[in-house]
Parts: sequence; structure tokens; C-alpha cells
Amino acid sequence: MKSTIYHPQNKNEDVILAPVRRVTFEERWLWAVLLGLMGLGAYAYLTQWNSGLGVTGLNRPVYWGVYITNFVFFIGLAHSGTFISAILRLAGAGWRKPLTRAAEAITLFSLPFGVGSILIDMGRPDRVLNIMFYGRFQSPLLWDITAVSLYLFSSIVFFYLSLLPDIALCRDRLTEVPEWQQKMYKILALGWTGRPEQFQRLERVLDGMAIFMTLLVVTVHTVVSWVFGMTVQPGWHTALIGPFFLVGAIFSGTAAVVIVLAILRRVYHMEDILPVSLFNSLRKLLIVFTVAWLYMMIAEFLTTSYGALADEMPVVWQKFTGDFAGLFWTMALTIFVLPMIIFLFLGKNHIGWMVTASVLINIGMWIERFVVIVPTETRPRFVSTLMEGMGNYQPTWVEGAITVSLFAGMVLLYVVFTRFFPIVPIWETAEAAETELPPAEPRRRVFGMRRNL
Amino acid sequence: MAKWSMVIDLEKCVACQACSIACRFENNTPVVAPEQAEMGRAICWNDVFPLPISSTEETGEYPNVTTRYITRPCMHCENPPCTKVCPVGATFINEEGIVEQNYTRCIGCRFCTVACPYGVRYFNWFEPQWEAPLDEHLNPDRVEGRGVLEGPAVRPRGVVEKCTYCIHRLAKARARAGAEGREFRPDEYVPACVQTCTGKARFFGDLEDPNSAVSQLAKSTRAFRLLEEVGTHPKTIYLREG
Repeated sequence: MKSTIYHPQNKNEDVILAPVRRVTFEERWLWAVLLGLMGLGAYAYLTQWNSGLGVTGLNRPVYWGVYITNFVFFIGLAHSGTFISAILRLAGAGWRKPLTRAAEAITLFSLPFGVGSILIDMGRPDRVLNIMFYGRFQSPLLWDITAVSLYLFSSIVFFYLSLLPDIALCRDRLTEVPEWQQKMYKILALGWTGRPEQFQRLERVLDGMAIFMTLLVVTVHTVVSWVFGMTVQPGWHTALIGPFFLVGAIFSGTAAVVIVLAILRRVYHMEDILPVSLFNSLRKLLIVFTVAWLYMMIAEFLTTSYGALADEMPVVWQKFTGDFAGLFWTMALTIFVLPMIIFLFLGKNHIGWMVTASVLINIGMWIERFVVIVPTETRPRFVSTLMEGMGNYQPTWVEGAITVSLFAGMVLLYVVFTRFFPIVPIWETAEAAETELPPAEPRRRVFGMRRNL
Repeated sequence: MAKWSMVIDLEKCVACQACSIACRFENNTPVVAPEQAEMGRAICWNDVFPLPISSTEETGEYPNVTTRYITRPCMHCENPPCTKVCPVGATFINEEGIVEQNYTRCIGCRFCTVACPYGVRYFNWFEPQWEAPLDEHLNPDRVEGRGVLEGPAVRPRGVVEKCTYCIHRLAKARARAGAEGREFRPDEYVPACVQTCTGKARFFGDLEDPNSAVSQLAKSTRAFRLLEEVGTHPKTIYLREG
């Protein structure tokens, strides 16, 4: 006996499913190039595995460098999805709907590379299980591992649940795809039939999870920052480092969403589904984050330089006028000055400018992570005052190649995903059977949120 | 239980670096190539280097110049920032106050190295190597137990190492006393650097024993500890010049 299967009515269904129906020739080339880049990274890692971490530019006292920067950056990038779908879901912001999955996919596909960066940075990756056998919860690294793995696990569940109705749709609509793919949809759909009570239950679960995920967004990146904040090193040991990292994470994540949306819109012809108004909404968010970032910067550097403790100042001068001045001021330019000009005067209704600003922000945020981590190490309390010529760090090709391959891997996972699953949630953007849960009602009354822009 | 401590009298120290050399041969510290050393990858558990009078002040202009040196083993802090952050307990402070490092458990995350404010922790960037004939004269001593490998045992690549106050010498002294069927006396154990010190500037002993040399010297008005303001409470104590 076969029960009736309901699917939400969405006039854009064909456009959304088009990328899944046919993989273009160019796209296969893209996959090949990305795989090639990953291969380069694999070769670099093999070199490192065979000879030791000496093949990097790391030294004493700069024990942590590009790899740890990548770790923080990827985890930060991962905050986009949860921010967009969980926090905006709770806020009842209806405009988030077309971009939730695109944003969550960034979370899902950047987290593994954040975790991977830690493994790559380890001197003895073969002993990684010691963390399970002898793990000490007094170590911030264990907090990190707990928080990040919980985040990864919850993101997968959150992502999968909101994907369910669309997998079922793929199962029923995509009859021309290869058999293994149909089988995959069949298994992954878990027998979803799309009855109203199923949708209601799904919405309830997603609402509940959104609360949990929001808490995770805050804790995860704060805990990441505590790896630095819990030490007594000048520049790291500040209570502000948690909120500062959090703001940076949501900031770079949201900017990444803009980039991804613009690409999807162009390549998959989703002009109607991802309208310019979406970018205008994101623009407002990004303006807030840019200002918040500046606020954090001022709070941090004014406090430190006004107090001018003898231990702290060498680190501050390293950033303002020292070895890292170039990077520091580039960061200020690419995170604050240029994006602010673009957002305020050029970005409205103009996707090209929005993407430019977002790319600048993400370059700047990577630099910011680097400038938070490395200068402190180059000016520790005791070592540096003594040794001439110490405290330099010049990353090598190995670190470069591995970094490039991590980004390539993330993009590869993303593009492959868009070819197997609809990247815009069909059920959430559907006209019929569009249900917003009762709990959202009072919220909307209180905060006066508009559901649709 | 003893609390092992070292006192270094900077008035007597002539910066001859004999302690560094003794330490290197006692503990099988690997030698690195000059260009690696220039990158800051030299491993030197017991380092000797010039100390500026203060971080904001130069050491003077000719003819009014001052040169000061300091020798720096591990501080063996009472409140070590390094052991706190270790995710696997590969570094820990034992009941006698020595901060140990277990080479078989260390995962090489280098959290302890960035946490230590004194920079006494070293990482094995490559497989340790010795040129001939150095490789024929490695110290065979090692402290080994179930899943524990410490002291002068040759380190594998990718782990952190540091001064242990020659913990293998303590183990040996205890074993000797045991074999001779008598009580172990704290004065039977000194690290190699203390034994070798040309100017007899280094003292070693039990800080719990009020009559030990280190206890007496720690009370001196010249006594100070490095970076006392950080709150690490080092057990390596210095005596100021003059």
C-alpha cells in the first residue's frame, strides 16, 4: 500500500532543481581543478608528515601560525549558517528563508576544515586518540574539541532535518537521475510523506533546535578564543577576546553568505529566487557588524595602550608600527574602511559592490586572526627581550599549499552538494503550505518584525 | 616530601655556559643546523643569554656600558601555566614539585609552549640527529615506566621537551640508596648543571628543609624570581648581583 505523498507548491521548483538535474561540463572542470589543489595540499602534508613540522616556518617562540589561523577562520566562517538560520528563525525574520540552506551549507562544509587544521598543526597526529584516552578537561583545548564537535554534530542534524522534505521531493521528482542517486534520495528521505503534521513537527523541532544552536554560536567561538585568552600572554589574556572573536566570526560568516548567494544567483540563474532585497537585508546586518567590529577594536586597543603595561605594549607596537603594521593596517582597511564606504554609498541594490565588500571583509578577517595570534608570540615577556633576530615568522610553501587546499576542499564540497541537493529550500520558500509556527506570532507582535520584505 | 629548588647566584655567575653544555650532554639535547638555530629552533634546556637592565633601557653607551647575563633552566613553577593547558596530561607537576614531560603521551599541540611565559619549552621540529662522533656518546640514562618516557631518553619527532632538573639523577640516587638499604638523603641528588657550575653559582636542594642551602639562600634579601608578577611562583630562584 502506498500512501499519498504531499509536496509543497513552489513556482520556482524547476529553477531550483535545474542544477541537480544536469551537471555542466564546466563544472566538472571546476571539480577537477579543486581536486588538483587538494592534491597539492595532500602532497604538502605528506612532506610535513615525513619530515616533521620543521618544514613550516614555525619556530620558537612562534609556535602557532597559519594552521591555527586557519582553524579560527574556518570555525568563524561556520558561524554564518547558524546565525542566518537559527538566530533569524528565532527573530521571525522571514526574508532569511531562501538563503538558509546556502548559509547552513557553509557551516557544514567549513567546520571539518577547521577541525582538520588542528590535526594538521599537531606534531604527533598519530597520537590524536590520546585526547580521548587521557583527555583533561582543565585544558581549553578539550573545551574546544567538545564545543566544536558538538557544534558539528548539531549542525549536521539541523541541516539534515531542514533538508528532509526536499530530499523527499528529489526522490519523487528526479526520476531521470542515475539509479544510485535515486536510491540515495530514497534512503535519506526516511519515508517522508509531507503530511501537515509532519511539517508541523518539523517546524517545532527546528524552532527548538534554533534556540540550542543560538547558544552554541555564542559558546563555540568564545571557547575558540579562550585557547588564547586562558594563557597569561600579553595581547591574548583579555576578557574581551571572547566577544571579539564572536563578533568577528558572525561578521565573516555573514559576509561569506553574501559571496555564496551572489555566485549561486549568477551561475544557477536564481535571480527571482534570490532577489536583490536579500542582499539589501544582509547589507544592513553587515553595517551593524562592521560598526561592532570597530567598537571591539577601539575597546581593546584603547584600554591596552592607555594602561600601557610594559608587557603589553611591545605587542601593541608590533601591530601598530612593527613587523605586523602592514598586515594590521591592511586589515583595518579591508574590514572597516572600504566595506563601510561600499555599504553606505555603493552597496544598496548593487550586488557586485556587496560581493566586493564581502570578499574584502573575509580577507581582512583572515588577516585579523593572524594578527591576533602571531604578534603576541613574537613578543613574549621573557624570550624576546633577549635574543636578537628572534620572533620572526615566515610561512613556507607547505603552509601555503595546505591552506589553499583547505579552501579548495570547502568549495569542492559545496559545489558538489549543490549538484545533488537543492541549495534553496523548496519547502520553506513554497507559496502553499507555508507555515510559520504559533510561537513566532507573539514574537512578531513584540518585536514588530516583518515576515516578508 | 621534598620540594626541589634551584638557586642561581648571579653575582657568582660568569656566564661561561658550562651549565648549558653539561645539560646538553646529560640530557641528550639534539643539535640543530646553524640555519635552523637562526630560525629560533635551537634546543637549549638551560639557556644563557644577555639580560637588558630593563626592557625600556638600553645597556648604555660606551664607555658606560653594562653587560648582564642570566642563565635560565625551567622555573619549575608552583603554579605552572604549561601543565594547566596540556590536553592529555603529558606535562604535569609531581608531588616533589618537578614539572615533568612525558614524551610518549605528548601530542605535539604546542599549547604548553605558547602558555609558558619563560620560553623554557622546546619542540622537536625534526627527528633529532647527532653528527658522529656525538651519536656514540649519548647518555644511556632514561626514566621509563608504563607509558612514560622522560629525562634524557632520545625524544621522538614532534614532541615537546624541557628541563626536568635531571629527574633521572633523582631516580638513580633513590635506587642507589635503596640498593644500599638506607634512607635517601636530599643531598645525594643534584642536576648536572649544578654539579658542573664553574663559579659554584648554582645551589640545589629541598625547599621544605629549613636548613638546606636553597632554603637559606631563598631568604636572602638578594633573592628574586623571574616574572614574579605573573603569579607562577617559580622554584628556580635567583640572587641579584651586588
